[in-house]
Amino acid sequence: MSVVTNTTTIGAIDAPSRRNTELMLLGFAVAIPVFAYINVGLALDGELPAGVLGYGLGLGLLAGVAHLVVRRFARYADPLMLPLATLLNGLGLVLIWRLDQSPRLLARSDFAPQATNQLMYSALGIALFVGVLLVMKDHRVLQRFTYISMAVSIVLLLLPLVPGLGADVFGAKIWIRVGGFSIQPGEFAKIVIAVFFSGYLMVKRDALALASRRFMGLYLPRGRDLGPILTIWAMSLLILVFENDLGTSLLFFGMFVIMLYVATERTSWIVMGLLMSAGGAVVVSSFASHVQSRVAAWLDPFGCLETAPEASNMLNACDQMTQVLMSFGAGGTLGTGWGQGNSDLIAFAANSDFIFATVGEELGLAGVMAFLLLYGLIIERGVRTALAARDPFGKLFAIGLSGAFALQVFVVAGGVMGLIPLTGMTMPFLAAGGSSVIANWALIGILIRISDTARRPAPSPAPSPDAEMTQVVRP
Amino acid sequence: MSELTLTVMRLGFLAVLWLFVIVAVQVIRSDLFGTRVTQRGSRRGADARPQQPRQNAAPPQQRQQAGGRQRRGAPTKLVVSEGTLTGTTVALQGQTITLGRAHDSTIVLDDDYASSRHARIYPDRDGQWIVEDLGSTNGTYLDRTRLTTPTPIPLGAPIRIGKTVIELRK
Repeated sequence: MSVVTNTTTIGAIDAPSRRNTELMLLGFAVAIPVFAYINVGLALDGELPAGVLGYGLGLGLLAGVAHLVVRRFARYADPLMLPLATLLNGLGLVLIWRLDQSPRLLARSDFAPQATNQLMYSALGIALFVGVLLVMKDHRVLQRFTYISMAVSIVLLLLPLVPGLGADVFGAKIWIRVGGFSIQPGEFAKIVIAVFFSGYLMVKRDALALASRRFMGLYLPRGRDLGPILTIWAMSLLILVFENDLGTSLLFFGMFVIMLYVATERTSWIVMGLLMSAGGAVVVSSFASHVQSRVAAWLDPFGCLETAPEASNMLNACDQMTQVLMSFGAGGTLGTGWGQGNSDLIAFAANSDFIFATVGEELGLAGVMAFLLLYGLIIERGVRTALAARDPFGKLFAIGLSGAFALQVFVVAGGVMGLIPLTGMTMPFLAAGGSSVIANWALIGILIRISDTARRPAPSPAPSPDAEMTQVVRP
Repeated sequence: MSELTLTVMRLGFLAVLWLFVIVAVQVIRSDLFGTRVTQRGSRRGADARPQQPRQNAAPPQQRQQAGGRQRRGAPTKLVVSEGTLTGTTVALQGQTITLGRAHDSTIVLDDDYASSRHARIYPDRDGQWIVEDLGSTNGTYLDRTRLTTPTPIPLGAPIRIGKTVIELRK
């Protein structure tokens, strides 16, 4: 027996339910946005804002309901996801309310105050979160809907192209209008397609990982196994061409490559994915004018402000980009303080696509870093959930959802800060927009469900009927 | 509102925001859950229980409470020695261990030759561990013999299920 081995042992640690920690953090996560709300009111008017009680109670109530449902129906779930999402949502509401107060924005014809709507959408989001936890007792039931969800996600993605239903808003056709509401189906498609990817890859991963030839240090898959990645690639390119939406297509393709990599452990998929997306992006940007103007605004915003033709799309894109960069610059390290910045100069979409610029200006680099860390922590908890999940479907599903969340944060934050060309996506939880906040609450709900299953201690053995004590009759 | 108050609030807000981040990271630190990875570079046998991490304090206690019937020399863990799950161990704490490709199995086998509910391993009343084939397609082998009835498992005897080999160890 005295053999020197170097094996790794994996055993379970008993996970306590962390609900009280979650409650403590939730209280904290409600208090911070209330503080911010008061701060905005004091800075703008010099007095406590009238709505502070209603806002604080509303947010507290939503968080409380969510917490009680988690306590009852997902006892062992991760203690951090709910507080982190609540904090981001609460701060997003304050940011939107703060921009609602701006006289500059109110003077514009295309601007309407959003804070009340956003609070309603957050409530709907929490309702969906609660619904997910109540209805979905086990995430593995989703496995049955692998191919249905593929069809559903394709329909969702194509809906904006249906004439009469789709709406073209400033070049990007990613909205549909139903009875006065505009919905962004892509936000929901992101969750549905993750179900398909994880169900599909769970079954096919051996074929994708093992049947391959080695060529120049890379494992090349067989031609017929290339089918799915080519299909997804073509689909995301079609979205890019017909809906002019760089963000969504990047999100779907990136998510697929991440999940392929996790399922097969082959670096070659990442290399191929990067090459294919780079090739696709170059080809598309060479003939889609919408994308071209974004690229021009990204490469040289200040230069193209002068060279762009009057009243063109390109001029708008460059103008926004310069305003955003000035906003970040004006913020400096510690920011100007809540309500004291001029990020409302961005004008169009200041409270949705460009909301991160307001964070950058009013909270500075310190605030931006804190926000990115909050997002990072949500993603970390998602990946941790994937590591701890015991079933391959749950693993892939959790990694797909957190990967999609991470990609979205990267694409938006990177676009706003000028790292990559800007795409019309929303910062999860922060930006004004119903679809985004509702879909992201559903995403958090699913992650909480998976983490509850993953962290739940193994059930104790069923008592065997033979083992029961025999009654002894005493005299 | 005075300039000073606003400055204090501005810095105060950033401090509170960062405090939240730090508290959240502290929660993660105290929340190491799920799987415990122990690197074993030491000589086994000579030192049956090497230094164990802090979190490890609970399981042995539990084992005593749960059983009390564990004899000396009884196996304490199940080790996968061949197959895709090589290196995985499961502590034996008196519970039934199911093996198969079904996702609710204790050990989910990623093995084309295994059935979805392939076999189970459970302790009988004396604490002797028994392996039972659950009507699998390709059978369960103890050493070289195909199992037909529930059979006690000797310490260290290989149980073969498809391409996976597991054994019980002390």
